Amino acid sequence: MPFSDADLAAVGLTLRLAGLTTLLLLLAGTPLAWWLARTRSPLKGAVGAIVALPLVLPPTVIGFYLLVALGPNGPLGQLTTALGLGTLPFTFSGLVVASVLYSLPFVVQPLTNAFAAIPERLLEAAATLRAGPLDTFFHVAVPLARPGFLSAMVLGFAHTVGEFGVVLMIGGNIPGQTRVVSVQIYDHVEALEYAQAHWLAGGMLVFAFLVLLALYTINPPGRRGL
Amino acid sequence: MSDAGTIALRLALSHPGFALDVDLCLPGRGITALFGVSGSGKTTLLRAVAGLERAATGRIAVGDEVWQDSAQRLFVPAHRRPLGMVFQDAALFPHLTVRDNLAFGLRRVGGTADAVARAPVTGLLGIGHLLERRPGTLSGGEQQRVAIARALLAQPRLLLMDEPLAALDEQRKAEFLPWLEKLHDELEIPVLYVSHALPEVVRLADHLVLLQAGRALASGPLGELLPRLDLPLSHGEDAFVVLAATVGDYDARYALLRLDIDGQSLWAPGPPRPPGSPVRVRIQARDVSLAISPQHDSSILNSLAARVEAVEAQPPGRALVRLDIGGAALLARLTLKSLDQLHLGPGAAVYARIKSVALID
Repeated sequence: MPFSDADLAAVGLTLRLAGLTTLLLLLAGTPLAWWLARTRSPLKGAVGAIVALPLVLPPTVIGFYLLVALGPNGPLGQLTTALGLGTLPFTFSGLVVASVLYSLPFVVQPLTNAFAAIPERLLEAAATLRAGPLDTFFHVAVPLARPGFLSAMVLGFAHTVGEFGVVLMIGGNIPGQTRVVSVQIYDHVEALEYAQAHWLAGGMLVFAFLVLLALYTINPPGRRGL
Repeated sequence: MSDAGTIALRLALSHPGFALDVDLCLPGRGITALFGVSGSGKTTLLRAVAGLERAATGRIAVGDEVWQDSAQRLFVPAHRRPLGMVFQDAALFPHLTVRDNLAFGLRRVGGTADAVARAPVTGLLGIGHLLERRPGTLSGGEQQRVAIARALLAQPRLLLMDEPLAALDEQRKAEFLPWLEKLHDELEIPVLYVSHALPEVVRLADHLVLLQAGRALASGPLGELLPRLDLPLSHGEDAFVVLAATVGDYDARYALLRLDIDGQSLWAPGPPRPPGSPVRVRIQARDVSLAISPQHDSSILNSLAARVEAVEAQPPGRALVRLDIGGAALLARLTLKSLDQLHLGPGAAVYARIKSVALID
């Protein structure tokens, strides 16, 4: 057995984190992407830029601000404490919050592009066929944006699995709670357990390749809305 | 306003560089063409009727239903207006089969998808064999037929068509027009039909609204607007009128149809038709010349007694004459010199010699 129990726990935790993060991102990212794709509001540029920030910022910057904001003296920390949730840093919930923010552009951007590519004409046609806005959204926009949803899910999931810096800053390294695969690999390397590190790192490599292969096969580039 | 189905439109809308401002009362039956050059506001007007231009203000009433009344802050959203709309590019849903496209509106008015195949309009438009296909595999004309059927299956009270022929090439247009004519004969709801192509309008429309720079220059039955000297329709090189006639005899030896118009007769080439059936003919102003006496010494077959109603000089050197042939109006294009030599003015009795008569339908 090449994987230790600690390794398997890290894999399980990583999958749970990525799954939950992807789910939350789809729920929050879909309306946000729809708004970004359709709005003529002057705020569009600013919101789009904020969503894209994690693409260019070092993970440590995001991790640092989240740590401050979610900490006992931060505004969000005080809110979560007041709600009886305690403080989120160094918990699984804290990791989920951080991952949602960090992977936001990887879900919102493919969705925005997919929604923007839907001709206005089709939505108008649906309206003249008695479909209200929600009806049109679910029966015309969502099916037409399917490639975008697929890209968003795959990229959001894979990117969360692959994150390291934010996890380390917000989650720390608590076995079973915040120690994900990327951190586990780091620990193995630090402890000079190269064989263990190889198994996990190789697993990640194969996983990332398979995910992208699946994405490019089902949804060839140019059609993915990214 | 007395007619229950009348469509009353009072609409205003301004965009930078464009303002729409119309006040129209349109018949509750038949096809009304909104005709004008691009930029005249015809598509904007149609979209406003559909509820797709939220910035439009005014009042829209179709029969006894009010769809918009800005004074009352009433704006029925597009999806609550019982209308059907056919877009220039058909706008079929690419992710659905033809059957599901057709069922889209039908389901939302309480129908079911299996009613699609049995619906009369599916047969009328000849799309029964396309139901399992995807829109992307259809020709342009087939797509438009599906789009029309899809709109009609949602049981609209008003059908809006935005240049449904514009995206088709000449051959497809020729194939598609007969479907529209068939529809015209079967439909019981009014149709607003946007077009910038006069031949199409003449074949299909009963009523014409002439739009220019966002305003309605004129609105009336097609046959009445075409011969009006004050409208741009009569100013072009191809000015013409459309006359309603009744089929009389058929002269098999010469393959000519006798058509009766207001007590006079015309001969037109064409296949035999049942006597008594209505027919419309198109006569170009440049094919009509005028004579003072009823000579029979010319190769021109058709000569109608007429009275000059009005004359309009069209510099340089030409004139357009509007004639009364006993109710209906005819246009003749002459040179100013002929006009002066024959001393033609309003009230003069003349014979209109018609070089060519074309059957429209």
